[in-house]
Amino acid sequence: MTMNQNAAPTLRVSNLRVTYYTDAGRVTAVNEVSFALAPGERLGLVGESGCGKSTLALALMRMIKPPGRIESGSAIVRTDKGEVDLFALDEEDMRRARLSVISYIPQGAMNALNPVLRVGQQMIDALQAHVPEMSYQAMRERAEQALESVELKRSVFNLYPHELSGGMKQRVCIAIGILLSPRVIIADEPTSALDVVVQRQVMETICKVQAQIGASLILIGHDMGLMAQVMHRVAVMYAGRLVEVSPVRALFTRPLHPYTQALIQSLPRLDNRGVFRGLPGLAPSLLRLPSGCAFHPRCAQAMAVCAQVVPKPITTADGRFVACHLHDSVDSDLTPAPVLQEQSHANAPAA
Amino acid sequence: MQLRYLLQRLAFMVFVIWSAITLLFFLPRLSPINPVRERFAELQRSTGWAPRDMERLVKVYEVKFGLNKPLLEQYADYMASVLRGDLGFSIMRYPRTVSELIAQALPWTIGLLLVTTLLTFAIGTAIGALAAWPRSPQWVKGMVTPLVVLAAVPPYLLGLLLIYFVAFRAKLLPLGGAYTLGRFTGPELSLPFILDVARHAVLPALSLILASVGFWALGMRGMGVTVQGEDYVLFAEHKGLKLGRIFYAYYVRNAILPQVTALALALGSIVSAGILVEYLYGFPGLGSLLNSAILANDFFVIYGIGLITIVAVAVSMTLVDLLYPLLDPRIRYGTR
Amino acid sequence: MNLTLPQPASLPTQPSQTVLVLRYLRRNPSLAVGLVLLAFLVGFGVIGSLVIDVDTRAYPLAAPPVQPPSPEYPLGTDRDGRDLLAVMARGVLLTGAVGLIAGTVGIIVGVVVGFLAGYFGGAVDSVLRWLTEVLITIPPLVLQVLIASTIVDKNKVTVLTMAGVASVLSWMGTARMVRAQVLSLRERAFVNMAKLSGMSDLEIIFKELMPNMLPYLAASFVGAVMGAIGASFGLEALGLGPVREPTIGMTIRWAVYHSAIFNQWWWWVLWPVLALILIFASLALINRGLDELANPRVRRSE
Ligand SMILES: Nc1ncnc2c1ncn2[C@@H]1O[C@H](COP(=O)(O)OP(=O)(O)O)[C@@H](O)[C@H]1O
Ligand code: SF4
Ligand SMILES: [Mg+2]
Repeated sequence: MTMNQNAAPTLRVSNLRVTYYTDAGRVTAVNEVSFALAPGERLGLVGESGCGKSTLALALMRMIKPPGRIESGSAIVRTDKGEVDLFALDEEDMRRARLSVISYIPQGAMNALNPVLRVGQQMIDALQAHVPEMSYQAMRERAEQALESVELKRSVFNLYPHELSGGMKQRVCIAIGILLSPRVIIADEPTSALDVVVQRQVMETICKVQAQIGASLILIGHDMGLMAQVMHRVAVMYAGRLVEVSPVRALFTRPLHPYTQALIQSLPRLDNRGVFRGLPGLAPSLLRLPSGCAFHPRCAQAMAVCAQVVPKPITTADGRFVACHLHDSVDSDLTPAPVLQEQSHANAPAA
Repeated sequence: MQLRYLLQRLAFMVFVIWSAITLLFFLPRLSPINPVRERFAELQRSTGWAPRDMERLVKVYEVKFGLNKPLLEQYADYMASVLRGDLGFSIMRYPRTVSELIAQALPWTIGLLLVTTLLTFAIGTAIGALAAWPRSPQWVKGMVTPLVVLAAVPPYLLGLLLIYFVAFRAKLLPLGGAYTLGRFTGPELSLPFILDVARHAVLPALSLILASVGFWALGMRGMGVTVQGEDYVLFAEHKGLKLGRIFYAYYVRNAILPQVTALALALGSIVSAGILVEYLYGFPGLGSLLNSAILANDFFVIYGIGLITIVAVAVSMTLVDLLYPLLDPRIRYGTR
Repeated sequence: MNLTLPQPASLPTQPSQTVLVLRYLRRNPSLAVGLVLLAFLVGFGVIGSLVIDVDTRAYPLAAPPVQPPSPEYPLGTDRDGRDLLAVMARGVLLTGAVGLIAGTVGIIVGVVVGFLAGYFGGAVDSVLRWLTEVLITIPPLVLQVLIASTIVDKNKVTVLTMAGVASVLSWMGTARMVRAQVLSLRERAFVNMAKLSGMSDLEIIFKELMPNMLPYLAASFVGAVMGAIGASFGLEALGLGPVREPTIGMTIRWAVYHSAIFNQWWWWVLWPVLALILIFASLALINRGLDELANPRVRRSE
């Protein structure tokens, strides 16, 4: 199943705001974030370390712990049984929603498996928590199938985590993540601890199983090259806000936001592939954000208004999202953009 | 590979026990005090009876206890008899042997201390686990500090307070002893006797429990804080597991590993852990025996008690090392 | 939305050292309460010893025997005619002295041995590990009883002897802690930097490693003091203490020996027990406070 941009979205996040109340002061790590995911869509999420990517992911899982707090927003998931707002569920319903509606593949897979339980037991635990009526045999069969679908042997079921390599552990986490065919999968830098060859294989596995079960995927990552090859759209985050969300081809060929432009330019040329290494200038401390557009001290195209007014996000006619004063007068500037044609990366070409 | 490790570990245990016993042997012999002469001096002080030919008597007894031989020969004899399980005669209760006296006292000590140690471990570990668990109520988290302060106080002092307030003033429980002397002529296997012993054991047990719950709570809380931030506990929550399952199988099960090592050590030292409290309550275990041996300068009994405490600790430490891989699959034999 | 410009960091007047310390103590209540308790105990001992003629009144035949607390003898007297107020004042200091001496010996020996073992490894390390392993199998009280009952003449025990016996084990905890710390500090870059810049081993130890370990050493010292007081109390309770000195432990020993509880001489038991509990509680609180100072991580869970 591939993404279907025209169908009703699987996930709609609106005005999400998450704050950490630290000793040093309040940090709004996710600020007025809104976006939607089409069924089967793969969205990459990039941004400098500390800009709020993991916080966004954890908020969608309702796993923000003190001193953090979800201040406002909604996250509506479309399931077979209708729409649910994750933030409106009570504790017990949210517990049930985890893994069965929205699942999370952790950043530190090296350490994400309980060292004293066999892999199989950890998968059975997950099934038992959601479908207690299932027989042990059936659960075991489901778990072993999941292991097979991430290219592991069925016998991994009987192994302890310390008997697995890093790549295998990450695959086990993926297998757990798809056990209950969730609608949305969030993977937070799932490959950052692995070596390059394994990274690519694991990424392919994630995309394969995601397509198999028809889930939407949010993949947080650093590697713009990998993103370019497998994602449908890429969201760029800066200092807690989404500054641009664009189809992947368009983002690389015609980035709209100056921060995205800087990101693309900082990549190695020729093969457009490489790891994002940051920009000149310091990433802002979320504790003391610059006024107006938080990017203005580092922006080559900053204008007077940029230090005063936070840019309003706009959606272009071709469905791109950007928040920058350069695009305030969007109509004259961008439509009809040639970029539009290039969107046809993964789905049927636009009419 | 495993057999080799087993043998190595056992050899090391024997080596440690041997070192400790050797230390025990030479320690008193470095001393200028002659135990036999001390014993007569003590008798003289307490009864006024002075043997006329003291020096000769001392000699006779020295021969009897083998104290007149050259040091190395004594050492060889000592080692040989220790290997045979023969700990010699008691000076204070001659002609009873040290082994007899210890065998008589040991069941009391083990009974009291085994129960209190296991209870304390369970209570303390549970409090510690809850104290580090973020969802616990505040009052549970606040319990650890008072318990740790309590743990710094020797059980003997708590025992004194309990005797005064609970037994003497409120007359709720017996003041001491192991059973009511008028009712029973000696230990017997009957329900009334067992209940009577239990009643007598409450205060000594309580002193010991109060004085060490904090130790277990603190240890478990320390590990708990570490483990509850581990990725596998967080991932378990992401998986939507029920809290009870996360608490037990993902959190406690991992955090408890060092506690188990400590428990084995504590079980090994049950022989000595209650010495002062037993003595305070006149509980007829090793503590009371040690106290009378000290009073009577009965060195052989003192060594005997030292010896079996050493063996108990060394054996239980070895057992932990050998059994630990069953608890923690990451640890294989010989990697620890 | 935030429209204000970032404000330039203002330069507040630097608060004085005392204010900073007090401010820290408010965040570390264990340390604060422990220090207050300790100050109270020391103050009681010192002032009491100055005001009262402890040299006579804390010893037998200074007062009528077994008097309950009264205006003349606020804490009562014991069976041998010691004034318990004087006994408490002197006893707190004597017991403190045992702990202090043994703790000091322990910390010095422990630091030296631990540094040698951690920094140079090899034979020193092996011997230390062997010794620890052997000594850990002998329960401390049993070992100390053996030493005290066989090497020392029971009737000539002094406060110094007590401290000596308590010192036998008081270095081990420190040595192990220092060894572990040195091993981990050694791995860090600054020691290699120091080596490259041609500092000698001794210089590295004292200029680079020591300052990093001070909070640990402080906690370790308090631990050793506590251990020594506990050990000497155990020996005293068993009758191996300094028979002529009114330490707190000996006072309890005599009270128990003469069945003070059954004779209803409650004051003879209560004051020394409370004093010892206060001593242990203050040290335990300080120790925990120092632990938090050394590893602020522990604090966050509370
Ligand atoms: N547990 C926490 N306590 C306080 N602040 C936090 C916590 N977690 C994250 N933050 C703050 O939120 C910001 C975003 O963190 P994070 O979401 O982890 O960023 P990213 O995943 O993009 O690297 C960080 O800059 C940090 O200041
Ligand atoms: S709003 Fe202004 S400062 Fe911010 S990115 Fe656009 S141009 Fe640069
Ligand atoms: Mg992150």
